Amino acid sequence: MAEPLLVCTDVGVRFGGLQALSGVDLTAGTDEITAVIGPNGAGKTTLINAVSGMVQAQRGTFRLGTDDITRAQPHERSRLGLVRTFQNLEIFSNMTLLENVMTGCHARLRVAPWHSLLRTRTSRAMEKAIQNEALEVLDFVGLFELAKYQARDLPFGKQRLLELARALAARPRLLLLDEPAAGLNMSETQLLADLILRAREHFRLSIVLVEHDMDLVMRISDQVLVLCFGQVISRGAPAQIQRDPQVIAAYLGDDED
Amino acid sequence: MDLPSLLQYLITGLTVGATYGLTALGFTIIFNTTGIINFAQGEFVMLGGMMSVFFMRALGLPEPLAIVLAVAGTTLLGALVERLAIRPVRDCPAINLVIITIGVSILIRGAAMLLWGKDTFALPPFSGSAPVSFFGAALMPQTLWVLAISLLILAGLKTFFSRSIHGKAMLACSYDPKAAALVGIGVDRMVLLSFMISALVGAVGGAILAPITLTSFDVGVMLGLKGFAACILGGLGNPFGAAAGGLILGVLESLGAGFISSAYKDALAFVILLVLLFVRPSGLFGRKDGKRV
Amino acid sequence: MSMGYRYDMRWLAGLLLVLALLPPLLGNNYYLTVLTMCCLNAMIAVGLSLLVGHAGQISLGHAGFYGLAAYTTAALSTTLGVPVGLSMLAGVGASAAVAALVGLPALKLKGHYLAMATLGFGVILSILFNETVEITGGPSGFTGIPRLSLFGVEFSSDLSVYYLIVALLGLVVWLSFNILHSRVGRALRALHTSEKAAQAMGIDIARYKLFVFVVSAAFAGLAGVLYAHYLTFIAPASFGFSFSVQLIVMVVLGGMTSVPGSIVGAFFLTVLPEFLRAFENVEIVLFGGILVLCMMYLPDGLAGGFNRLWRLVWRLIYVRADKYRQNRQDRQDRRDRQESQDRQDVQDRLEMLDRQDNMDGKDGGDNG
Ligand SMILES: Nc1ncnc2c1ncn2[C@@H]1O[C@H](COP(=O)(O)OP(=O)(O)O)[C@@H](O)[C@H]1O
Ligand SMILES: [Mg+2]
Repeated sequence: MAEPLLVCTDVGVRFGGLQALSGVDLTAGTDEITAVIGPNGAGKTTLINAVSGMVQAQRGTFRLGTDDITRAQPHERSRLGLVRTFQNLEIFSNMTLLENVMTGCHARLRVAPWHSLLRTRTSRAMEKAIQNEALEVLDFVGLFELAKYQARDLPFGKQRLLELARALAARPRLLLLDEPAAGLNMSETQLLADLILRAREHFRLSIVLVEHDMDLVMRISDQVLVLCFGQVISRGAPAQIQRDPQVIAAYLGDDED
Repeated sequence: MDLPSLLQYLITGLTVGATYGLTALGFTIIFNTTGIINFAQGEFVMLGGMMSVFFMRALGLPEPLAIVLAVAGTTLLGALVERLAIRPVRDCPAINLVIITIGVSILIRGAAMLLWGKDTFALPPFSGSAPVSFFGAALMPQTLWVLAISLLILAGLKTFFSRSIHGKAMLACSYDPKAAALVGIGVDRMVLLSFMISALVGAVGGAILAPITLTSFDVGVMLGLKGFAACILGGLGNPFGAAAGGLILGVLESLGAGFISSAYKDALAFVILLVLLFVRPSGLFGRKDGKRV
Repeated sequence: MSMGYRYDMRWLAGLLLVLALLPPLLGNNYYLTVLTMCCLNAMIAVGLSLLVGHAGQISLGHAGFYGLAAYTTAALSTTLGVPVGLSMLAGVGASAAVAALVGLPALKLKGHYLAMATLGFGVILSILFNETVEITGGPSGFTGIPRLSLFGVEFSSDLSVYYLIVALLGLVVWLSFNILHSRVGRALRALHTSEKAAQAMGIDIARYKLFVFVVSAAFAGLAGVLYAHYLTFIAPASFGFSFSVQLIVMVVLGGMTSVPGSIVGAFFLTVLPEFLRAFENVEIVLFGGILVLCMMYLPDGLAGGFNRLWRLVWRLIYVRADKYRQNRQDRQDRRDRQESQDRQDVQDRLEMLDRQDNMDGKDGGDNG
């Protein structure tokens, strides 16, 4: 295995009196899919939030490649190649699909705002380039034909794809997916799994995947991390996790609340 | 600075602050059921004072009756505003509703000017105007009235929200209108009720303050502004915070006027408010904005 | 929402054309004054629509920026004798700089808290305008401000000032359209819908909020300096809280997310009181009433209302034209069909003959 891309050590997050994460180590290998599973409320989303910088972790260090991102702002982490999606869709509903994905390209071609203000040649050329690129990404996820539609008019499943497309347009090194299959039906989930695998090849991504759907996790992940009440209770290859009695106990519920 | 004058400023501040607090309560009640800031709140306060004056002068009614009628009239107007201008468009974005309340406030102010002209009026104090000495500071009887009635209203609202079925239903609406509707609470009725209570509370504030600060058709603008400021200071949505915010604002203003300059007293109050907001972005007693990702 | 840059440019050209042609048609000097005020207010409203409508950040203090610029240029040019062009630049700069200073902490606030902070800022400025009598002249106003002159050119007639203001309004609208049709515009709309998602896409939301706040304050400042040198007299009453509210009303009434809408809103709200002046005392009541009714029955603003009306008219015309065309088409079709039927018949008969000629022939179906 190559050098891991993301290394988080001893992550601790606290909300008032609730210790949402404690002592969590997360590593995501380059070109690997690392799944994070665990019962509801285990702290999976909180982990994603901490990694993407949207929740300030009280403890722990975060490292992406050679960069220490522990103190970086969310948008700075994004620019370093760490891009996420959201469990509760956060698409830009008042924009077209194309604009959504173009917004994904935002940080990659940077020019000073006055270029936009004066609509300089640089700005126009960049717009054109971004538009083409966005269309390509839309094509990749199969939404090309809908490019001019308002995002709010899409059915839920397609909105999920759109959010994925927007994240892909940012050309991340590491993609954090928070329950991308939630709310999708069987066949949509199937398509999504294929898409994630294809995206990994095509965009050379490493992925951290939070997911409830065990079939999906077992099928596409290389590594699995199991969280329960904010702590890691098991980690390893999917097949190994499936047999772990502690994991089975956590899932079949011997929690006392 | 000697103790009596400090006390004097404190008393003045608390008196005015009580009205700010009542105005702020009005804002809070409507905000909690509808999520909008009712810009006509200051106008309700103005009507409480002006209508009392009108009922006393034009109809020759005794003061208590005039005030009761003024409060009742304003409450009725609050209901009308909700039925005619808010309910038909309840599903519009909040900003539209806010603009509608701005329109309503202009309308009310204009009508008041038409009816009663641009003069300033005074309401006689409720019980004489001979000041009582209080540790060297002069305490006007009206001040006691203002404080007592404000406390009474606060206590009344507290019982209403924690005891009565309507009050509890309104609280439920403020937490989650959809869930409230699901358990059979008529959200429409609650919004109507919130407008009526806000108008009532505002009108009482206007009536009890009128003997101290005089009243005219346009006092609602500044009072509304201060009431809104008090809400934000206390933390929007928290009734206790609103009342406390009003008192704090009143005292700050009064001290500022006394120690620095009366010309800059409003500026001082707002400067402190700004600094406070920058330090505590959700007000003194506000819930921290803990939106989940 | 956005119909494309070309479309917006055509709209801008139309606007400038109409504004250029209006004065000779109106004739009267009073109308020209109202029209000039419309353009100035539109300038502020356009900037505010970027801030409020697109970026979703409310400001109840923009009258303050308007006044700050006006007083800055007034004091510099009148009291200190700075050339007008330079003092105007300083006025706009002062508004922008103060916006940057205030915006830095204020834009961390959300929703009503931001509204309160900007409102408080506006009130503070307004008190300063009133109380610093030595600088501003206090409540009775600042008189004797020199008239507009730029690069040695004196704008002596009101008409010439009007045309200058129209040109600058054009510039403001052009800049605004440029912003909206660019990555900056997308970033603003993105952070309006979801700050988290915007951050996740690498957008520095604090920076963009500040940018649009400063730009909108600069537009308000530009209007302010023009106002000061146009009227040559300013008083604090024009820059108070109620004008800030009025500006927001212009934007929302016009149609939050539409630049043309906010211009229409500004014109409407500026002209309406002048028009209602005929009703003397009931003026304010009517104004309030109209505002309420407009907002109730045009939820997406005047722009939305116009759009719907336009679509209706268009459909009426179009449907009429369409029906006519349809009828003609139908008749033509029938004739054509008849003709082709005839031809078909002939062809069929010929084919039949063919087939009879060589009974084992290939398919005769290739007629198309
Ligand atoms: N912003 C927050 N404030 C307070 N508590 C939170 C917040 N976000 C999450 N939590 C709590 O942290 C725990 C973990 O939540 P979460 O990470 O969303 O779980 P999961 O995604 O695994 O279902 C839960 O108990 C949740 O209530
Ligand atoms: Mg989750």
